[in-house]
Amino acid sequence: MSTDARAETAAFGFWVYLMTDLIMFAVLFATFLVLRTGTFGGPTPADLNLGGALAETFVLLASSVSCSLAMIEVRRKRAERAIAWFGVTFAFGAGFLALELSEFASLLAAGNGPGQSAFLSAFFTLVGTHGLHITIGLLWIAVSIVMLKVRGLTEHVVSILQRLDLFWHFLDLVWIFIFAVVYLLGHAM
Amino acid sequence: MKSTTTTSIALGFFASLILTLLSYGAVVKHWFSGTALVSAILAFAVVELVVQLYFFFDLGDGASRRWKLGAFAFTLGSVLIVIVGSVWIMSHLNYNMMASPDLMNTYIQSQQGF
Repeated sequence: MSTDARAETAAFGFWVYLMTDLIMFAVLFATFLVLRTGTFGGPTPADLNLGGALAETFVLLASSVSCSLAMIEVRRKRAERAIAWFGVTFAFGAGFLALELSEFASLLAAGNGPGQSAFLSAFFTLVGTHGLHITIGLLWIAVSIVMLKVRGLTEHVVSILQRLDLFWHFLDLVWIFIFAVVYLLGHAM
Repeated sequence: MKSTTTTSIALGFFASLILTLLSYGAVVKHWFSGTALVSAILAFAVVELVVQLYFFFDLGDGASRRWKLGAFAFTLGSVLIVIVGSVWIMSHLNYNMMASPDLMNTYIQSQQGF
């Protein structure tokens, strides 16, 4: 197989993985939608911090933009600039994670952990799984920056970065729906 | 988008920003209520999905692109069946499992409250 065909196959294979990940999130969304009313006298979706979630949405959107900008530099073969933009992406992503962890911490401190009600179980599972994906993505970005520094823009590295780009945008897309279904819907109903 | 450019990224960014703010505003400022609000929130999210797919995702060229979109269409179908199906079935289940008003009264009285 030519390296081009190999890169295309790798990209498609990764896309198929993203589709399976999407189905997993769909199941978590379905579970959340079914269990969101099971609040057992504890906090309801309306008690969640909508402003904080809005901030998280903007931060993740910004990181998605910087990731795309990094890929433009990759295509223009400007490794140094690509590294800079990936660094920005990492910063925004870490900011998002920090905001999310602080929300979890305040819920846990108030005694509202995942074991307290069906709603909280579903909430922590859905949002927590997304957060876990973000954490892995951050690790991937960090490793990619090192790879770029050490090996430069080889075909292999570019192929990896393309998949990272897809992964990161995918996480932003899932968050859009978490924001809508968990936070917005929570304050609407 | 075939290949993302700075222009397409900027467009995608502002479109996403506006859509997010619109759905946030709809909830906080009560532009709609009830089913209309729920539909509006979901509609904004779906539009933002399409916008981001178009402007941010590099789907590649030709056959590769078509295969990816095909896989995505299938996945979307599965996702809709899982989510809509679960919500529909569980809400019917809740309704069908509910005791009659008489039985509920008897239960409340025997338990001396819920």
